Amino acid sequence: MIIAALIFVFSIAAFLQFFIWHCRSILASSRRVELSDRVREVTGIQGGSFGAEDFSRLVQLVRLCPERGDDQGEIRAVGTYYNLLDFFGRMARPAIPSVAAWAEQERVNCSYFAAVALDRRISYSRDLFTQQVADRL
Amino acid sequence: MLGPVDYVLWLASFLLEVFVVVCAVRSKSFLSHLSLNLYMLAAAVVTVGQYVSIQRFGFQSLQYRYYYYYSESLLTIVMFCVIIQLYQHVFVEMNVSRYIRSAAAILLLATAFFSYAVVRENKDHLTSRFVVELGQNLHFCGVVLTYLLWGAILKLRETRTRLIQLVLALGVYFSATAGTYALRNLFPGLQESVLRWVPPLIGTWLPLAWAYTFSKVPEDARLTTARLLVRAR
Repeated sequence: MIIAALIFVFSIAAFLQFFIWHCRSILASSRRVELSDRVREVTGIQGGSFGAEDFSRLVQLVRLCPERGDDQGEIRAVGTYYNLLDFFGRMARPAIPSVAAWAEQERVNCSYFAAVALDRRISYSRDLFTQQVADRL
Repeated sequence: MLGPVDYVLWLASFLLEVFVVVCAVRSKSFLSHLSLNLYMLAAAVVTVGQYVSIQRFGFQSLQYRYYYYYSESLLTIVMFCVIIQLYQHVFVEMNVSRYIRSAAAILLLATAFFSYAVVRENKDHLTSRFVVELGQNLHFCGVVLTYLLWGAILKLRETRTRLIQLVLALGVYFSATAGTYALRNLFPGLQESVLRWVPPLIGTWLPLAWAYTFSKVPEDARLTTARLLVRAR
């Protein structure tokens, strides 16, 4: 019984760490991408960075654009991670503020990821539009 | 009694397992990750076997239970080969493959012996208790090995994104499975309710994460591991 309890505690701790690192490795791919002015224009966010609460709005905008077909899985995975962080952040806020602050920072990263996805979709839409115009001509 | 969700999860995990192999072949990574691809093929065969076993003997049958636990234990042993190969990828420049293989084999035998020793005194249900105990201990060994591998990746400042994501997905899989087995050992009553859904979901996670890695992450993609560990200021 004691061994099973120890294994359970260690496994849960390891699970949380591995899951967070895995999600961060997906988010890390977007951090190096510089956002275009188009996205800031579309989202109405000038100059400053995106906030944690912008994620849902950005995902809604992403869904309005034509699908590229290769980013749906990533967006869904990051969306799940965002919701988990939201839950943990709310739970931790009264008792462990440092964890709540960390969750908030992670949610900001999720928003940035969504903004990068939106930027790619806007570029894709423009390419599609240009192609259609060229075909008509 | 199985519902439509069970069948959907089954089908999804089978398709994803095959999809991982297809993605690996398409990205010309089949041979460089041979153990991983063989594991996925074996997992797909086991998934089909589980379906056949349920159709023939029923979900509550003893035959299905033995098939489930023993095939899971065998798959976990194949998974150890995957971990060994991932270790070899990480330590490729250090020429220590022989030592890694020996250490993993000793650990595997020690785990089986430990599991047998734990249930030896409970002789009335030796076989059924042994498989659960073995499953828990094998998966926990997997957690420890993956954790050590992750430590080595950090220490050696490994930057290959594909390798990093494969290892992290494996860590999620092993820790979730070991935790579920341990919970089943602690509270056997949960098996029929909550814990029934966890193994199929975890079983879907691993091929999903690996399929993502092979299809989306290019072979030459690089990532600084230190960025993953940064805490909030």
